[in-house]
Formats: sequence, structure tokens, C-alpha cells
Amino acid sequence: MEKKEFPIGGVIPKGGTAHEYSTGGWRKLRPVVNKDKCTNCLICWVMCPDSAVIAEDGKMMGFDLDHCKGCGICAVECPDKVKAIKMVEEAE
Amino acid sequence: MAITATKGQVGLTGNAAVAYAMKQVNPDVFPAYPITPSTAIVEDFSSYVADGEVTTELITVESEHSAMSACIGASAAGARVMTATSSQGLALMWEMLYIASGMRLPIVLADVNRALSAPINIHCDHSDSMGARDSGWIQLYAETVQEAYDNTFMAVRIAEHAKVRLPAMVCFDGFITSHAIENISLLEDQEIQDFVGAYRAENPMLDTDNPVTYGAMTLPDAYIDFKYQQSQAMMRAKDAAVEVMKDFSKRFGREYGLFETYRLEDADTAIVILNSAAGTTKVAIDELRKQGKKVGLLRPRLFRPFPWQEIAAALKNVKAVAVLDRVDSMNAFGGPLFNEVRSALYDLDTRPKIFGRTYGLGGRDYKVKDAVAVFEELSRVVETGKIETLLKYITL
Repeated sequence: MEKKEFPIGGVIPKGGTAHEYSTGGWRKLRPVVNKDKCTNCLICWVMCPDSAVIAEDGKMMGFDLDHCKGCGICAVECPDKVKAIKMVEEAE
Repeated sequence: MAITATKGQVGLTGNAAVAYAMKQVNPDVFPAYPITPSTAIVEDFSSYVADGEVTTELITVESEHSAMSACIGASAAGARVMTATSSQGLALMWEMLYIASGMRLPIVLADVNRALSAPINIHCDHSDSMGARDSGWIQLYAETVQEAYDNTFMAVRIAEHAKVRLPAMVCFDGFITSHAIENISLLEDQEIQDFVGAYRAENPMLDTDNPVTYGAMTLPDAYIDFKYQQSQAMMRAKDAAVEVMKDFSKRFGREYGLFETYRLEDADTAIVILNSAAGTTKVAIDELRKQGKKVGLLRPRLFRPFPWQEIAAALKNVKAVAVLDRVDSMNAFGGPLFNEVRSALYDLDTRPKIFGRTYGLGGRDYKVKDAVAVFEELSRVVETGKIETLLKYITL
């Protein structure tokens, strides 16, 4: 954006712009789902604070890694009998 | 300043006149927490709300910090917003003042000038508004009740000006102006509505079809660019103020400028002073002029932005200038008005001699004899070409 186009007063003049800002770069731990174990209960999709769990037709499809900050809430909330999500070091 | 009697001559205190001005503007929202000596503005205005004379939403809050926060929220929502405060109240608003100006919200605040604690004091000096001088607010200062009343309307127009969009403070002296009754000339409600016009907010948050975000974080890649924009807006505010003052004069016959000069044209020495003490100084000037002494006055009306080129041009033929501050910057180097006037004169080919005096803190009287004594000091400076004392307190 050109400097002259900076909106007055720091106002963000439209909605939905958070989608354009990648917060995936903040991540240290990356969620990895084992689809053999996953029961598609979608508790991870409900609990994710960044709407970074992708669900389609009632099925858990994986993660939006452009916006997942790696907080690990999904891995904790995945039911104890299932434990289909593991957090792995990004460096690995 | 030529005050021409137009219509509606009435005796009012400064507070009553400014509250009446606010009633005539009829803002959308008025969040306030009353404090001496501006209490009567909030009292009068809440009566107007209770009596249905305005359509304003009055928000009573638990502190001035909340008052300014509510002003910011309401202004971002799209409302025309006004409030009033003094002293500690303005101090408690401090962090929110910067947010109002940084978000470019044209809120109008009446600040009835009062000293800051400690020691606690309810009387006039300028330490409250001068402390807020770098907060990004436009500041207008008024000598009289009439001027405080008129400035309230001009502040609305300057703050909301398309090239400005910054909050504005209308400052006048606690008790001296706020509580003394003057015979003033009121304007008609319709004249005021025509002058201020309907408010059209930019990016109002209540426009849910066009959602916007206020107060987002900016990092080193953008913060300075927003501050640059704000700084440019403050620079444009001077021309906007001139435009608004001219329009006011044309419509209502009362002449206002960036500053007032009094018998300055041929003056050898001059006092620069804000607000009500200028009236006292004018009496001293009239007395000294009768003795053939060429003395004059410059009273800034617009302090933020500071019209330094115009002030330098007005003072360039004066031989010696005294700048009187009703506040101490506690920098051991003189008050804000002194420092800025002195800096403004620096680029002149032949600079007047200039010294600073601190007077009237906490409501201490500034009398005609005090102004005469300053003019005597000035004439000694002209005779000897030397300033004996650059800075000192008077009225001790």
C-alpha cells in the first residue's frame, strides 16, 4: 500500500482483513492430525480460537497453517480416547 | 476584537454561556463527569437534556478517564460529541486525549482552566491545558465570556473540517471567566445550526453495512506514517481556523483571528499573554499610552497549532517583548508560551529582546500594577539593550 493511501486515523476501512494477515509465522509447534484415529467429532473445530481447523461436510479436513498460531488447544481438546492431534516442533 | 451587539443581549457567566452554546449545537452525545470550576457547564447541560431542549444522549460516568473514553467510543460510532472538564479531570483524561487525536475524532471539549495539584487548588492557571498541549488537540483560548461562547462554535467547525479532523479544546479561565457575569450577545439556534451544519462522520462504526476497525495495532511499518498524517492535519488546522473565523465574522459581525493585537502597530514594547489577564494588560496599556509610552499586546487565540510565522511577523518591529505564562513548565527554562514565542522570533533578521515571566498560578491576582511593572522592565531593556533577568516569577 502506498503511504498516501494509509487510511486516516489508523481506521481499517473494511471487514474481514484479518484473513489477509498471516499469523502462521508466529507458530513454534505445528498440529498434525492422524486421520486414522480421528472420529470427526469437530471439537477441535469448535475450540480453535483462530478458526484454523478446516471442516467440510462434517469432516475434519486438516489445518489452515496460514492462520494457525500453534497454541495447541486442538491437541488438548481432542478427546482422551482419541488423541488424534499431536503438536510437533516446526523445526522438525 | 470588535464585539458588535447583534441580538439577544444577556448577562451570563462563562459556564452558562458555554453550556448554552453546547445546547445550541445540540451534540449527539455528551459524556461528562463534573469538576470545579466547569461543574456548571455539566449542570446546565444536563438540565437541557432533562427539559427536552436537546436531543443529546447524556452519559454520566464514574471518572474523567471514562468520560473521554465514552467520547471516543461515541465519536467513532459516528456521533457529534462534546464534554467539559478542568484541572485533575483533564489530567485523568490524559491517555485518552492522545487516542482521540490519533484516531482523528473531532470531539470538542471545554476546558475551564484550573491549577493542578499539589498543593490542591481550585483556581485559575493554565497548567491543565498546557500539560495537554502535545496531545494532538487543537487549542483555542478565550479572554471573555463572549469569546468562550463564540469559540465553542468555531471549535466544532475547525475540528470537523474535512482537511483537519482533530479534537479541539476550548480553554477559558476558571472563576475569572467561568463564574463572572458578562453582558454578551447570543446567536439564534438556527444561525448556529446553519454555521456548524449537520455532522457527517467518516467511517462510523454504526454503519454496519460497511464494517470498520478502530484502534488496530500498528508496528514500525506504519505507526510513523499515521503520526505524519496527524501532524499534517495539525498544520492544515491553522488555515482551517482562519477560514472558520472569517466565516464567523462574516455571518455574525464579531472579528476573530489567530491572535488578537492591542495597540501593537507602533509599539516599542509588548506583552504576550493568554486569556483573561489580557484584559488587565489592556487597562495598563491604556494608562501607559496616556503617558505617551508606546506599549502593546499580543494575545494568542489559537495555541495549537501554534501560528509561529504570523506571531513573528506581528512582533518583528517591537524592540522588547515579555511573555507571561500562567503555568510553569518546571524545566527551569520558562513556560510554554515563552519558549514557543521566543523560538518563533529566532529567524527574524532583527529580533526583539525577549524575557519570560510566570504569573498568577493557582488564581493569584494579576493586577494592572503588575502589567505596568513588566512594561517598566521592558523599557529598561530597550534603554540598556540588556536583559537583566531572563526568567522569574511575578505576582509573588
